Amino acid sequence: MFKESIAIALRALLANKLRSILTMLGIIIGVGAVISMVSIGMGVKEKVQNSIASLGSNMLIVTPGAASSQGVRSASGSSITLSLEDAEYIKKTVQGIDYVAPSVSKQYQIIAGNQNWTTTVYGITPEYMAIKSLTVGSGSFVSQQDINSRNRVAVLGATVAENLFGEMNPTGENVRINNTPYLVVGVLDSKGQSSMGQDQDDIVLVPLTTAQERLVGITYLNSISIQVTKMEGMDQAQEQITSLLRQRHKISGTKEDDFTVRNLTSIMAMMTETTGTITLLLGSIGAISLLVGGIGIMNIMMVSVTERTREIGIRKALGATYRDIMLQFLIESVVIGVLGGVFGIFLGIVAAFAISTFGGLNTVISAVSILVPFGFSIAVGLFFGIYPARKAALLDPIEALRYE
Amino acid sequence: MGITLKEITKCYKIGEETVAALAGVSLEIKNGEFVAIMGPSGSGKSTMMNILGCLDRPTSGSYLLEEQEVATLTDDELAKTRNKRIGFVFQNFNLLSRVSAWENVALPLVYAGIAEKERLNRAAVILESVGLASRKQHMPNELSGGQRQRVAIARALINEPSIIMADEPTGNLDSRSSVDIMRIFGDLNEQGKTIILVTHEPDIAQSAKRVITVRDGLIISDEVKEQYHV
Repeated sequence: MFKESIAIALRALLANKLRSILTMLGIIIGVGAVISMVSIGMGVKEKVQNSIASLGSNMLIVTPGAASSQGVRSASGSSITLSLEDAEYIKKTVQGIDYVAPSVSKQYQIIAGNQNWTTTVYGITPEYMAIKSLTVGSGSFVSQQDINSRNRVAVLGATVAENLFGEMNPTGENVRINNTPYLVVGVLDSKGQSSMGQDQDDIVLVPLTTAQERLVGITYLNSISIQVTKMEGMDQAQEQITSLLRQRHKISGTKEDDFTVRNLTSIMAMMTETTGTITLLLGSIGAISLLVGGIGIMNIMMVSVTERTREIGIRKALGATYRDIMLQFLIESVVIGVLGGVFGIFLGIVAAFAISTFGGLNTVISAVSILVPFGFSIAVGLFFGIYPARKAALLDPIEALRYE
Repeated sequence: MGITLKEITKCYKIGEETVAALAGVSLEIKNGEFVAIMGPSGSGKSTMMNILGCLDRPTSGSYLLEEQEVATLTDDELAKTRNKRIGFVFQNFNLLSRVSAWENVALPLVYAGIAEKERLNRAAVILESVGLASRKQHMPNELSGGQRQRVAIARALINEPSIIMADEPTGNLDSRSSVDIMRIFGDLNEQGKTIILVTHEPDIAQSAKRVITVRDGLIISDEVKEQYHV
């Protein structure tokens, strides 16, 4: 019976091609509008997400906790339990993370020729570049080879380079850190100030092993930065790292952690909320047109039922039950919804593409932003078809047969 | 077997007033009879036809169709009963205009839940028996009145009902086609089908073996023609 109902519905739609297409147009525009509007919203979200990601919103920072000796607690970060092995272990076992960058840091006076400058020297690994979104302006970055052989090489931040060398390119020159010569292998591009007002270019980077063993003289780390692949994975990664480190540091039960895992969730939450609102706003504009399209379906189905009163009477006289007639008209309106949805998807994708090409706006189309409006178009066809179909199914066969 | 009506009434409310279209009709029609129901318009013959055809329920009384009480069935049960037991032939043919003669004939089988292939096979056989084998693919508006009514008869026969209800089947036909159609009914009756014919034309009623006259919602005469008395 279901198969027959589909055939009957398709035939009825084909019999009134123009009317069917016009009715469908409401749904096509509705679905197209939702898809293209949401694609703009998600484009904005992606753009904002990227720019905030460069601030490190998808970063977890592990720092040592406060050392405590006989109840006296020192400053946070004074514990010496965080090791390079911890960092390597995190990278190996925690899922959903891109980079792990262990680092040590300490302030030193840097001397080049007759110039001097005091700044923070970071001992880092090559992954630090990716995690901090650094780019090298001239020369190269710290390499794995430098780490392995504890080379005395340094990469200067733009501020440091300018203060020590002025207009000159420092690459290939020597600087003295803590009275030891270091070869400058590269200069970073300027990153400007951070959101906290810190000058992000006022740094000197040296290989982690060099810093630990030749400069600072320590075996522990000051921090481990971890970049998480997806924002959604932040909490999970944080939990994994915490339990992992507790295990490695043999902290059991309710004893306090000897480290801290921090994240920048506040920025993230703000971003999610803002872009979420934008997407919702744009999506609801589309949803309203989808709703209007649905009312169009109902309108046409009502006309169709009235127009085909006699047909309904004939079918009922020949033995069609309530369910048969209901199904016939319901399928008709659902088919309008489905076909309208399919064409609407095409329209939406084309529109989103056109907006990004000619409108200069970033648009993003995801499976969800296609499937949800498509699902809605079917639901709209179903919902707005119920009343007319019910009206048809409830017709009295005698009245319907007499209808002129 | 056959049809038994007992004290059937059918009342309609028109405003405050209640009008009885049927005021207590009792009637028995055996299988294989050819009955004409006559009466002027407003006499209640259409109401009687609707109730006999299971299109409507009586207000009171009992209607046994093939020994089954149908006066109290639900709408869907009535629909199933119509589908299985009753074939309709209407004055204005009532064919679906957008589908071919072939599919029109097969339509009752759709609602009987029969597969498409068998539907079309059976429809082809029936169409051939009413002499329209060559017109299968034609749309109703490409057929003459007589041909359309033959399509309608084929449709009425397809689910092998025991009763054929014909409501003024010749009302829209010229006299030659009318004669043709009435001959088909006669033949069907010979084959054992019960034919119930509603008409206001005495000429047409003459082909029936039994004529029931209705007036003001009551049967005023019920005569079986001499030659058919057993």
